[in-house]
Amino acid sequence: MLRNILRLEDITMQFGGVVAIDNLSLEVNENEIVSLIGPNGAGKTTAFNVITGVYAPTNGAVYFKDKLIVSNFPKGPMKKIYAGQNNGKYTTTIKKTPDQITKLNVARTFQNIRLFKELTAFENVLIAKHMRSKANWLSATLCLNYKEERKMREEALELLDILGLIDVKDEIASSLPYGQQRHLEIARALATEPELLLLDEPAAGMNPQETLELTSFIHDIRSKFNLTVLMIEHHMDLVMEISDRIYVLDFGKLIASGVPEEIQNNQTVIDAYLGVPDDDEE
Amino acid sequence: MKTSKNLIYSLILAVVTLALLFFLEVNKAKYGMAYTVLTKGIILAVVAVSMNLVTGFTGLFSLGQAGFMAIGAYVTAIFLIPTNSIEEVYYMSGVSPAILTFKTWLESTPLWFQSLLPYIALTAGGLVAALFAALIGIPVLRLKSDYLAIATLGFSEIMRAIISSPQMDTITNGSYGLKKIQGFSSLIQVFLIAAVCITFMILLIRSTYGRAFKAIREDEIAAEAMGINLFKHKSLSFIIGSFFAAVSGGMLAMFMRSIDAKTFTVSLTYDILLIVVVGGIGSITGSILSSLLVTASKEWWLRFFDSPLYIGSFQVPLFKTGFRMVIFSVVLLLIVLFYQRGLMGRNEFSWDGLAKAFNKLKSKSSNKGGSKIA
Repeated sequence: MLRNILRLEDITMQFGGVVAIDNLSLEVNENEIVSLIGPNGAGKTTAFNVITGVYAPTNGAVYFKDKLIVSNFPKGPMKKIYAGQNNGKYTTTIKKTPDQITKLNVARTFQNIRLFKELTAFENVLIAKHMRSKANWLSATLCLNYKEERKMREEALELLDILGLIDVKDEIASSLPYGQQRHLEIARALATEPELLLLDEPAAGMNPQETLELTSFIHDIRSKFNLTVLMIEHHMDLVMEISDRIYVLDFGKLIASGVPEEIQNNQTVIDAYLGVPDDDEE
Repeated sequence: MKTSKNLIYSLILAVVTLALLFFLEVNKAKYGMAYTVLTKGIILAVVAVSMNLVTGFTGLFSLGQAGFMAIGAYVTAIFLIPTNSIEEVYYMSGVSPAILTFKTWLESTPLWFQSLLPYIALTAGGLVAALFAALIGIPVLRLKSDYLAIATLGFSEIMRAIISSPQMDTITNGSYGLKKIQGFSSLIQVFLIAAVCITFMILLIRSTYGRAFKAIREDEIAAEAMGINLFKHKSLSFIIGSFFAAVSGGMLAMFMRSIDAKTFTVSLTYDILLIVVVGGIGSITGSILSSLLVTASKEWWLRFFDSPLYIGSFQVPLFKTGFRMVIFSVVLLLIVLFYQRGLMGRNEFSWDGLAKAFNKLKSKSSNKGGSKIA
């Protein structure tokens, strides 16, 4: 049976009066590649930010490997609205910080590349290994952790090798071509040893050729690192090609979900993307 | 091959430096100015590197250096004033009984302990400052950039005000300051302490924690997504930086032999900031180099601008006391204009880098007359 690795329950995220995500529930099973699509401003990146602990949701809960990692018990005026809906399901507030969530083996990339720009590609990957280091600052300073340090460096090099970045390991990150920066960001995320990888528009700004290569690349890293992938993407050919299942968001609401064929033929989705023809016209 | 060659160069440099220090130590009377400038320069190098650790490598714009230096200086001074002259130092308002008991206890410790006293005093000063840094770090490190700078600047001023307040008279001797502090035994001792401090910070920056600091400097959000606990690492950097600022403050007290609260005004922090900026924010060797250069030009090389200059019987105008600082400011302006990222930028000194710069200079001068190819 498929074990679900990530589960969002009734997630609502409000910023003041704006409802960015409205009652979103979704599941990602082990080893799947799931895409989250929707028009601009549908709340996809906000969903990522809720999962990774950047925002505390207004209501709802996130489970990772059946363990509650984020939940919110609504307070103040929100309580009136949500307490009834929840039936007392979420009675505590759990808010883990992004670094704690990364330690649970959830890694992410960013929509607008966020590399450590003035450091080398190698250092970028090496930094991601830091959180697994067991040495305290004093022993690290006095080089007492040299074995661990050597292992970290070897693993980082190995990762750069696998992702085809070994030739540019000493280049400054911001001087790399765009496609390689995207790859480096994924390499850096993989260095945190994730089980679940969240990719925020990995193909943004790539040409059709690079996008095509990305498909096999994502398949490759999934099997090599035994990953589950949740991806936000706008390139429909990539999404349809690669996804096991797709969730479609529009104005924060889940409007459809299913395998790629179902989504392709779903009238609501087509309407959301192309707009509903106005009957009153003529 | 290449690394062993560089190692030999570095060893030669170390030996030459040591020989120079020995020479200066022996001929102290003749080269008094060089002696003073080198001592003060290397002491300021320690605090400049510590500020670079916090500001240049972790990206925390902290201006609290003078405050931490003051803590270090006063703790060191209390340790190192000879017990028999303590009453004399506190002649105005008397000594606090706690200090008296402490000093008599120090007197009763074994001799080997007393010979290590300068090192113990400096470490104690550093630890007290580190404790203060940990406490004020809790609220202050939540602030970003300019706000952090203002908050730490405020802390530094509060520290100075507390030290000179009448309520602290029996401990800090208020505005009279502390005198008769035991000095360094030799120039080599100063350099040895500074070398240990700076080496420690270099090793920290090159360790996995140093890389985490740089990650925070580059991008906080990405650093957090890489599992780096922002607050933990920021306070670690802040505490260690404050520790070494205080050690440097203690060394300054030992160098000057007498201190008062006025030594540690905001302008001291600005002097250090200036050294860091001139050397290059994010370059340790840059900070060391620039603290020696800045100290030397401020106290020594530009001195002749201060005394009247005669060409024949004509007295050149402007050459009078204070003109040196005008020249100094102009030099600074030029440096900031032409080396926007400081003398070293974010690079570190290396023999290969030196050779490269030298070759570039050589080819430039040989190409001057002829046509330039490529």
